Amino acid sequence: MPVQCSSCTKKRAVLKRPKTGHSLCKDCFFWAFEEEVHQTIVSARLFNRGETVGIGASGGKDSTVLAHVLKVLNERYDYGLKLLLLSVDEGITGYRDDSLETVKRNQQQYELPLKIVSYEELYGWTMDAIVKQVGLKNNCTFCGVFRRQALDRGAMMLKVDKICTGHNADDVAETVLMNVLRGDIARLRRCTAISTASEGEGAIPRCKPLKYTYEKEIVLYAYFKKLDYFSTECIYSPNAYRGHARTFLKDLESVRPSAIVDVIHSGETLSVKEGVKMPVQGTCSRCGYISSQALCKSCVLLEGLNRGLPRLGIGKHHRLHGKILAQQPLTQQEERKLKAIDF
Amino acid sequence: MAAPIALHLEFGGGAELLFDGVKNHHVTLPSQSEPWDMRQLLAWIRGNMLKERPELFVQGESVRPGILVLINDADWELMGELEYQLQDQDNIIFISTLHGG
Ligand SMILES: [Zn+2]
Ligand SMILES: [Zn+2]
Repeated sequence: MPVQCSSCTKKRAVLKRPKTGHSLCKDCFFWAFEEEVHQTIVSARLFNRGETVGIGASGGKDSTVLAHVLKVLNERYDYGLKLLLLSVDEGITGYRDDSLETVKRNQQQYELPLKIVSYEELYGWTMDAIVKQVGLKNNCTFCGVFRRQALDRGAMMLKVDKICTGHNADDVAETVLMNVLRGDIARLRRCTAISTASEGEGAIPRCKPLKYTYEKEIVLYAYFKKLDYFSTECIYSPNAYRGHARTFLKDLESVRPSAIVDVIHSGETLSVKEGVKMPVQGTCSRCGYISSQALCKSCVLLEGLNRGLPRLGIGKHHRLHGKILAQQPLTQQEERKLKAIDF
Repeated sequence: MAAPIALHLEFGGGAELLFDGVKNHHVTLPSQSEPWDMRQLLAWIRGNMLKERPELFVQGESVRPGILVLINDADWELMGELEYQLQDQDNIIFISTLHGG
């Protein structure tokens, strides 16, 4: 027995929306999906007319849907934005090659300019080379830190006013949980923000237009629209801790679909009591990027790689920043601690 | 006795990686005394098609949360999920949402 669409009552419903429980046909779903993103953009005042907006594009489902929807809405509501795609090539053979091909096809399908920045050109290291040196245990730390800066640097080269990323409701809820599980109060307070203001030199404001959009709907939107996306897990990502948080959240969602927005809501309404110490944001004295330490995480990691001391950026070695900046040699004991890395 | 039924199974969004990277499968379910339903199909896939790490696809008697199921291009949540009675020539699609965005 086919279910009728609860909105137009004419056509056959194709999905049950997790957020509302409504059964919608394809056209009513597309409309509802796009309108909700539009509402999010308008009510949070994410963009201003005339801005150049870089869409962080990985070739995966979220950024592909984001690029498609932003293009549709920019035309439908005349936002007056100049949109472009911004991709990062981490230098992972066999993974990034394929996903970048997808981004290149998206560039043509959506007629948007594309800029690819690579770890190799920015840092002198590909992820393949980094993994050779640091092994598979801490590689995600390097990749995450480098990617964040790479997007900013690419955006600066293109003189972009804002960057938007494809983070969806499930991702945000997962990050709230992760920050609780890690006791990372500073990030916990920041992670639910839909946009970050320019935090000083070297960082471009970012926003997440899909913050309230469920992953299920993103995947079904891409499926019914026949959007071209790439879906393979990074070959270097054994991030078990995040995996557990994700599975936990999906299990909760299958019992109560509102669990996703409920966790986001909890994150949004948390307030940190007075007297909790927060890191003070400054800028990196080497590259000018935002940092709460003398050297930003990316510069520390890079220094470690270049000196053959991969542990440098992994533990807490803030004391050594002064020495590194002054290019002083490290003691033998310091070197020994930073060299050993368990594979 | 219900006659054997032919189905088109499709795996996407990364779920195909559990099936040797093959997205499309044409399968025939043998005849049995009662009509086939989705619950039995999942058990059949687990027994006949999944080679390793079945826990990445099935959980209990259903699919692992985060894998979407479409029956003839409609969300299975509209079709009775595990209780849906399969028809000859049905098109069943499994899409993983668990793979990178
Ligand atoms: Zn409708
Ligand atoms: Zn720096």
